[in-house]
This record gives sequence, C-alpha cells and structure tokens, in this order.
Amino acid sequence: MKHFLLAAALGLSAPAAMACETVTIGDLTIEHAWSKATLGAARPGVFYVEITNTGSTDDALVGISSPAAGMPMLHETVVQDGIASMPHAMSIPVPAGQGVQLSPGGYHGMLMGLTTALKEGDSFPVTLSFEKAGEVTVNVDVLSLRAEGPDCADAGQ
Amino acid sequence: MLGVGAYRTRNLPTGSELLPLPIGEMTWTLTDHLGRSVRPKDWAGRPTIVFFGFTWCPDVCPTTLSDISLWLEELGADADRMIVALISVDPERDTPDVLADYVSNFDPRIMGLTGSADEVAQAAADFRATYRRVDKDAGDYTMDHTAGVFLFHPDGRFASIIDFHEDRRFAVPKIRRTLS
Ligand SMILES: [Cu+2]
Repeated sequence: MKHFLLAAALGLSAPAAMACETVTIGDLTIEHAWSKATLGAARPGVFYVEITNTGSTDDALVGISSPAAGMPMLHETVVQDGIASMPHAMSIPVPAGQGVQLSPGGYHGMLMGLTTALKEGDSFPVTLSFEKAGEVTVNVDVLSLRAEGPDCADAGQ
Repeated sequence: MLGVGAYRTRNLPTGSELLPLPIGEMTWTLTDHLGRSVRPKDWAGRPTIVFFGFTWCPDVCPTTLSDISLWLEELGADADRMIVALISVDPERDTPDVLADYVSNFDPRIMGLTGSADEVAQAAADFRATYRRVDKDAGDYTMDHTAGVFLFHPDGRFASIIDFHEDRRFAVPKIRRTLS
C-alpha cells in the first residue's frame, strides 16, 4: 500500500530517458541527472548531475531536496594519502563560463533516508538550490548499481 | 557534524612506504559471500585483485566495482583464474548475505569477504590497508578506507596498486602483468 503511494508520488513508472533531458534556469543548464539502484531503502542513494554556467557570474549549488529522501546532502569524495572519505560539501561552486559535474568519485548528492528502495528504471525528482539562480527541479533516472553514467547521444562530449 | 572514530586497524606506523605482505605471509581468515571460510593459502598460485570497501557507500565502492567489472570483461577468459575480492571494512552491516546481494550486481568473478571486527582488522593489517568509522547523526555512520586496488602475482608477491583517481587506461596493462 505504502509502496503504491510512494510510487505515484515519485513517478516511479516514468520511462528511463529523463537523464538525457536538459533543464535551464537563468544561465545554468542542468542535464544528465542520474542515480544508482540501491539494496533496500536503508542504504543511501546517490545523485549525479552536470551543471553548466553559460553566464558571467559565479554561482553555487547550496542544497538539494527530494520526496525520495528524507535527508539529502551534498558530499565530496576525497582521496588523500590513498584513503577515501566523503566530507559534507556546504556549497559546490558553479563557476561562470564553466560549470561542475557531480560524478562518481567526486561531488555527489547523498540521498539518506530513502522513502523506498531505488530500482533500475525508476525516476524521481530532485530540486537543486542555487545561491543566485534559485531553485530548479530535475528528473533523475535510476540506473543499475553498475552504471557509470547515462547513455545519452551527447553525453561525455 | 562528523565525529571521528578511532582507527581500528593500525598498530602499524602510517606511511605509503608500507607495502602489503606477500599473500603467503598473511594470516587472516574471512568468510565469503556464500558463507565459506577463506584463508590466504586458498589463493596460492592465482593472480589476485583485492580492494577494501563497504556496501553502504553509494559512490566510491560501486564505482570501483564497476571499473573492475569492465577490466575483467576486457581481459575476458584470461582473468578467469584470478582471485578478485572486495573485503568489507563494515562487517557489522555487511553480512555474507548482504555481500551476496551486492556483488551479484557486478562481474560474477568478484567475491565479497567479511568477518568479525577482529578478522577484518587482521586482513587490513596484512594488506597495510586503513579504515575508520566516522559517526554521524542518529547512530548512522560511514567508513573512511583505503581506496586503491591491490594487485598480486600468482606467487603471492605484491605487484602494484591501481589508485582510485589514476587514469583507468593503465589498469588493464597493470593487471595483465600479474597474469604471466
Ligand atoms: Cu557521499
């Protein structure tokens, strides 16, 4: 029962091509939003996305929220002296004329408190909060645990 | 905010000059994802890939496992006689069943290993790997851990490490050097 309600709320039956959609807000372009399947709902999910800033003003990603996760956070995987850790990132710079990638082994959204396990083929919305550009919502495709990124015609340049 | 737990594994001096022991000199005993006991001597004569991780981690660990799966596929049947093992640094949550579920998402030649806290600490000491628990809110925690992938020759001698951020193109040639 609960599962059905969540499925409806999260749009879990949507087709798996949303990672290839592009959303813009102000000078920011947001694309290739994806996540990985999880084992159950206790383990955190992950959120990756590509943000391009075509403007002349620096911006920053300062938070994310989602109905799929009670406690989403921004993290950065750091490897120092061979040891990997994932400190909380208060803010992720989105420099003017460049941008930033949340991608495996670097910045990522950490979706703690998942409301339901993420399954390959599902999708769910994530709202990104930027310091200057404000808020924008993207749809996130859940790929397999093994995936290294969405398969879009224009991905990877 | 993050509280930092104590290092579990090291009575050893820290420093990258410390290389893993030859597998034949290691003394750990672990349990694989099928519940079978595994010891270093079980790996004698086989080229070996070992890395440390935990299933709670959605970023580094699946990324490493995905990379290794791709390397194994590129090596094809040449890699069939390799031992490829993920050793959990979070045995409290990574039971053999959890590991079985987890490794089923990757190349079938990858095994998961876990054990008691002491057994895992012994394995980490033998490999000169480091891990520590980082406590977070509400009893939740994550693990910092050695991220490199260790390679060993068939005779158990340490061969090399594939670092996490190393150019992945060098990985397959490094592994190939352990196969001959
Ligand atoms: Cu994280």
